[in-house]
Amino acid sequence: MEQSSQAHEASIDHASGVGESEPSGSFASYTVGLVFALLLTGASFLVSQTHLLWAPGVPAGLAVLAIAQMGVHLVFFLHISTGPDNTNNVLALAFGLLIVTLVVSGSLWIMANLNANMLPPSALMEMQP
Amino acid sequence: MSAHAATAGLAGAPPTTPETTAGSARGPAPVRIVVAYGFWIFLLSDIIMFSALFATYAVLSGQTAGGPSGRELFELRHVGVETLCLLFSSYTCGLGFLAIERRRLGEFYLCCALTFVLGASFLGLEISEFAGMIARGAGPSRSAFLSAFFSLVGLHGIHVSAGLLWLSFMVAQTAAKGARDFVRRRLLCFSLFWHALDIIWVALLTLVYLMGAR
Repeated sequence: MEQSSQAHEASIDHASGVGESEPSGSFASYTVGLVFALLLTGASFLVSQTHLLWAPGVPAGLAVLAIAQMGVHLVFFLHISTGPDNTNNVLALAFGLLIVTLVVSGSLWIMANLNANMLPPSALMEMQP
Repeated sequence: MSAHAATAGLAGAPPTTPETTAGSARGPAPVRIVVAYGFWIFLLSDIIMFSALFATYAVLSGQTAGGPSGRELFELRHVGVETLCLLFSSYTCGLGFLAIERRRLGEFYLCCALTFVLGASFLGLEISEFAGMIARGAGPSRSAFLSAFFSLVGLHGIHVSAGLLWLSFMVAQTAAKGARDFVRRRLLCFSLFWHALDIIWVALLTLVYLMGAR
């Protein structure tokens, strides 16, 4: 029973992105992912600590490096791929990204707007009776 | 079983077109795929919860109320070591998962021990950082910036602690029951959880530490 269910899983589980038969779940892929992640982390520290980048562009550079590293983690560690059985995972990820973008950018936008429209403290004092 | 609908229905392809399946069988998806999908949904909801705290931090990061700012508090060398610990623990966790898939128990236990030690070192470094900040009078009640900092980084730390606890349980379960199907499915979920924590740490490192220490 145990064996037959394993054979069943082995025959069907090809495109899950997590099985051992899948090339993306191999020792090599984890190692490549680790090397990429180390390089990107090192680059982030370098960019933030030196003057390699034009100073006002550093936050954008750090954001690009961080997003690249998250992509590396998703592909090499979490094995998100374009395989047919991975479609749902990718769709769920896209939906999650939409919500995260809405929450973060919406909060920043609203709070910046409130900040800009707030009366300065001196004007508040003048309004006191 | 609605598993078939869960894995193929959302793909948008009618179930009768053979070329979209790339040779895989029709019928209910294997339990393993359904479990990984469900856990992935949980992880995404966890990431959405983190996004609320990230937004809070981004809004409040300048509100130091005359207290210390990130530039005075953060030590990047310390943070760099934490990052390396977490990154290598993610790597050994992945190798441990590969080992259990190939029924190599000795290798699996070694990888789990390394993962645990690296995760615990990360946690120890973070706790010492928090203790140092609180000792300098920069606790969570000092300013809005520090409240947001401690909630965001602390929540990640709590996740890492929960992951370490889960890892110990999984090692005990593997020792007791062997590399059976359900044990390997739980280990798959654990490895997904641990890798997701690393993704959150990348965002945290960039937004909080690297941008804050400039």
